Amino acid sequence: MNAATDRLPRLLALVPYLLARPGIPIDEVAADFEVTPKQVRKDLELLWMCGLPGYGPGDLIDLSFEGDTVTVTFDAGMSRPLRLTAAEATSLLVALRALAETPGVADQAAVQRAVAKIEAAVGQAQPAGVAVGLAVREAPETARVRDAVSDGVLRGRALHLRYYTPSRDEITDRVVDPMRMLLVEGRSYLEAWCRAADGVRLFRLDRIDAVRVLDEPAAPPPHATPTDTSEGLFQPDPSQRTAVLVLEPDARWVAEYYPTDGLVELPEGRARVLMRYADTPWMVRLLLGLGGEVHVEQPPDLVAEVARQAEAALRRADHLPST
Amino acid sequence: MAIARAERLVNLVLCLLSTRQYLTAERIRAIVPGYSDAATDEAFFRMFERDKTELRDLGVPLETGRSAGFDAIDGYRIARRDYELGDIDLEPDEAAAVALAARLWDSPQFTGAAHGALIKLRAAGVDVDQDVHVPVEPKVRTSEPAFPPLLAAVQEGRVVEFDYRRPVPVEVRTRTVEPWGVVAWRGRWYLVGHDRDRNAPRCFRLSRIVGDVRVVGKPGEVQRPDQIDLLSFVARTQPATDQTVATAKLWVASGRALGVRRRATVVGTREFDGEPGDLLEIELRFPDSAATWIAGFGPDVVVLEPEVLAKTVREKLLGALRGAGVRA
Repeated sequence: MNAATDRLPRLLALVPYLLARPGIPIDEVAADFEVTPKQVRKDLELLWMCGLPGYGPGDLIDLSFEGDTVTVTFDAGMSRPLRLTAAEATSLLVALRALAETPGVADQAAVQRAVAKIEAAVGQAQPAGVAVGLAVREAPETARVRDAVSDGVLRGRALHLRYYTPSRDEITDRVVDPMRMLLVEGRSYLEAWCRAADGVRLFRLDRIDAVRVLDEPAAPPPHATPTDTSEGLFQPDPSQRTAVLVLEPDARWVAEYYPTDGLVELPEGRARVLMRYADTPWMVRLLLGLGGEVHVEQPPDLVAEVARQAEAALRRADHLPST
Repeated sequence: MAIARAERLVNLVLCLLSTRQYLTAERIRAIVPGYSDAATDEAFFRMFERDKTELRDLGVPLETGRSAGFDAIDGYRIARRDYELGDIDLEPDEAAAVALAARLWDSPQFTGAAHGALIKLRAAGVDVDQDVHVPVEPKVRTSEPAFPPLLAAVQEGRVVEFDYRRPVPVEVRTRTVEPWGVVAWRGRWYLVGHDRDRNAPRCFRLSRIVGDVRVVGKPGEVQRPDQIDLLSFVARTQPATDQTVATAKLWVASGRALGVRRRATVVGTREFDGEPGDLLEIELRFPDSAATWIAGFGPDVVVLEPEVLAKTVREKLLGALRGAGVRA
């Protein structure tokens, strides 16, 4: 965000903010506005020079500093914040309604009350034209996993997981220190410090086969930082390989679902894409399952492995008593 | 010394909030500190225009008008009732919900706006604690290239045109739509609106829009029906979940295909094609996608029953062989 264009909204909000909190430490102000204490002091120095026409001693905004705290003693008529813009009201109310419509995410009653109060306060700046549903499609066994996992997250307990890793087609037991649960793009995840992997990992709830809340406290190390979800959950990794695929029209969803680049339109609705993948066995499974809808052109070892396994599978199926 | 622009703007807001009379630009120039820095009339008016634009962009309601009998030209003031956020008082659990809501967005369009809203709520005396502990943090991204232009078109009420790819039957066609709203549902974004070519309400997946969204109408032209519930509209138009459960019998090589085993019950052991393995029974909740999933395990899984599943898996494998350039 641009520092200069952010400053005016902050300046207009500071006086009413301080008015509501006499004697607040400047560090707290800085934390709430997400700027440095130094910037807050600069802002206050500027506000001190502002006031009502006349601009004499009784007309200017007056602040009193005591130690590291500040109190407004004259507000020059700026006692309330500016109303919310349409974009601000939209961002907040659409998000609240999404929470209200999704059971298990937040206290439904509190969300409904918050929506009503904010709608009343923002007046005409009503949001329009954006709606978000957070609901996921979930099997009953996943709902049971969710209950245990959220218990561990809320009570800050380590969890014992039996987890299926599709990239290696492997089920492993591990102890993790839960950090939070995420709901991203229609899927639920546990974010936790994995002691075995010695790193932060995301665990998809529908891949947790068993979970036990342990008595020991969750203790993620201080350097365990939450995943930045703004660029998507899975970042390109230089160690990944790239496959060249031609998608038949029915398989176009592959380009929407998996990390692909450089889509080139081909005749008859087909498309050529580059797809990144980390594990060859996983990629082979994907391509076998998409047989007839996806042609794999590169790399040669992937092409050969798909052909080898398809042939082996067909030969084995031919051993069935013919029906 | 020149007075900082931010200082001039704060003084301008305070000045216009405190007046009941409309103040002309000339009066403002004489009163508000900072404008005297402008050496010429032209420089002043340029400065003043820029300031008005900035205040309006922030949502400051600048009123223009004339105080009866005084002025020959329009002046400015800010009506306090339009400027000020209404009274709001949130209980701790409500404030916690607001904090969670503000963190929902991973979106250039909404993240900053949500932060701005929080600052104003705090300035209204509400304590919104950012570090509130919640079990689940929902995150919503708006990374589709079509999202910003469609949101703008929805909010301005303008008709749009775009090329849309339909999967079955395959076709890319230009669609002209009166947009009513953009909707996220089960992790995907949709546009809901009146499709002018079909003359009916329709739902479009943003990821299937090819190329740029073109705005073709005038602002305010689109009238969204009052009773429309965008979210239920999308939910209704998406294919219902196939809930038929079919039981399948599989042979799975020993210690292999754990992805299948974790969903199945072992009912016996059997050697097959000279390879030791287990007989498994599995309930398939989505039989359509089951063949794709099972074919993925290659020679490690063989479908024994039902025959229709075995056949579909076989076709997938033949297809995979062709797709890898082998003539089968």
